[in-house]
Amino acid sequence: MEAKINIQDVTYTYNDKPALKDVSLDVPAHAITVFFGPAGGGKTTLLRLINRLNDLVEGTRLDGRILLNGKDVYGQEVHVPDLRRRVGMVFALPLPLPMTIRENVIYGLRLAGVRDGSKLAEITERSLTQAALWDEVKDRLDNPATALSGGQQQRLCIARSLALEPEVLLLDEPTSGLDPISTAKVEQSLFELRESYTIIIVPHSIQQAARLADRAAFFLMGEMVECRDGDDIFTQPRDRRTEDYVTGRFG
Amino acid sequence: MNRHLSQRIGFGFTALVTLVVVAPILLVVGIIVVRGIGTVNWEFLTAMPRDGMKAGGIFPAIVGTLILTVGTALVAIPIGIGGAIYLSEYARDNWLTRAIRLAIVNLAGIPSVVYGLFGVALFVIFLQFGTSIVAGSLTLALMTLPIVISTAEEALRVVPVEFRTVSASLGGTTWQGVRRVVLPQALPGIITGVILGLLRAAGETAPILFTVAAFYLPRLPSSPLDQTMALPYHLYVISTQVPGMPIGVQYGTALVLLALVLSMNIVATIIRSYFRRRRQW
Repeated sequence: MEAKINIQDVTYTYNDKPALKDVSLDVPAHAITVFFGPAGGGKTTLLRLINRLNDLVEGTRLDGRILLNGKDVYGQEVHVPDLRRRVGMVFALPLPLPMTIRENVIYGLRLAGVRDGSKLAEITERSLTQAALWDEVKDRLDNPATALSGGQQQRLCIARSLALEPEVLLLDEPTSGLDPISTAKVEQSLFELRESYTIIIVPHSIQQAARLADRAAFFLMGEMVECRDGDDIFTQPRDRRTEDYVTGRFG
Repeated sequence: MNRHLSQRIGFGFTALVTLVVVAPILLVVGIIVVRGIGTVNWEFLTAMPRDGMKAGGIFPAIVGTLILTVGTALVAIPIGIGGAIYLSEYARDNWLTRAIRLAIVNLAGIPSVVYGLFGVALFVIFLQFGTSIVAGSLTLALMTLPIVISTAEEALRVVPVEFRTVSASLGGTTWQGVRRVVLPQALPGIITGVILGLLRAAGETAPILFTVAAFYLPRLPSSPLDQTMALPYHLYVISTQVPGMPIGVQYGTALVLLALVLSMNIVATIIRSYFRRRRQW
């Protein structure tokens, strides 16, 4: 499989405490890669390093390289807002911006300077459809986004990222606050998006990891223990620690 | 002692304390209204003073105070909100920004007469604005800035940090996030701070004493470099500097100043609740 993202020897410290220790792995294009493991393993940190959201945090130090399409995302010539448009992010809690449903979807496009009304309308419909939300909200696009249910809000957040047509979609426990039906809808749309996007997801359970993973990496206390195809890592893990985790001995 | 009794005593005590706080305010307002209302009529509000200010109206003082308030707002609002945005959204937490914050807190505690003297030294003499509306407005603005900056910064900080993260994650620059998400959410709080600051400026005497206020100027100012009468200073003058002043004129002037300040307060409350209703979190 062609690698979309190469993570090379990444060590990351926060106030001199290591959050990631010498992590290397390749993320394949047009597939779902799962970062899983117990809390505090560094999954979310690595996710936020890929689109440089951790730039906002003070007192950190990054060694190693993260390549997107072979280019260092921390390189001199990288325009960070542009990078974040190409690498979208969905957070653990649904965080609609305090505006209407429509304005939420096109927020990123507006910032990028898109003004063409018909184009905005078209992208609104397309992204909401991709996030499996269009039918539920098409008649109330100008209502406040906060009036939606939690599950709808999270799908809105996915649509909001998709509206920018990113190359990569990062999802940090996107279904942790959702009921099973909403979770199934989100997972279904991720399967459909896999064809056209590179997806990295931190799942909220080992079961979800197993359901979604084309490729999976197990993180434990800042180390990447093993990274293999999804079918293999859950059925025949190589590392003892991975086996203990997937069989429920800890975590 | 049983619980119900001690609760009743507790309630009784807090009610008493509340009364102690509220009673003087009601008394002050009440006395001013009772003694002043007889003097306040259309002529009092719209005519020039006559007979050494003992008769006629206080029109130039009312206009002067309004002009000074607007002048203060023109300077204090952009600088104050700009400073607050810088401190809350851009500045890193280091010794410099901590020093700036400390300075702002301390500036808020400086007596207003010191601002007045500083205004004379800087604006009236050094910058050669003379005793003028410009010098007075700048002095009042200086005094208002700490209030505006600290309340506006506080209002910006209570906007959840997640909104900024989301905006950044969608390709927004810091400024885009501030302008499109953070600032609209912080607006009610910022407006409150601005109005509080302006109210203080409108009622102050000391800062305008040497920088703009005219003792007796029975006409409207003709340019920003002109002097003007102003309500708080006029009140001071007719209460202490002019013998034989009718008491009704003094209380009438106080009533007008009070009404002006309170009505600004009410307008602020209305604006604030309007924006708060539109807030969606």
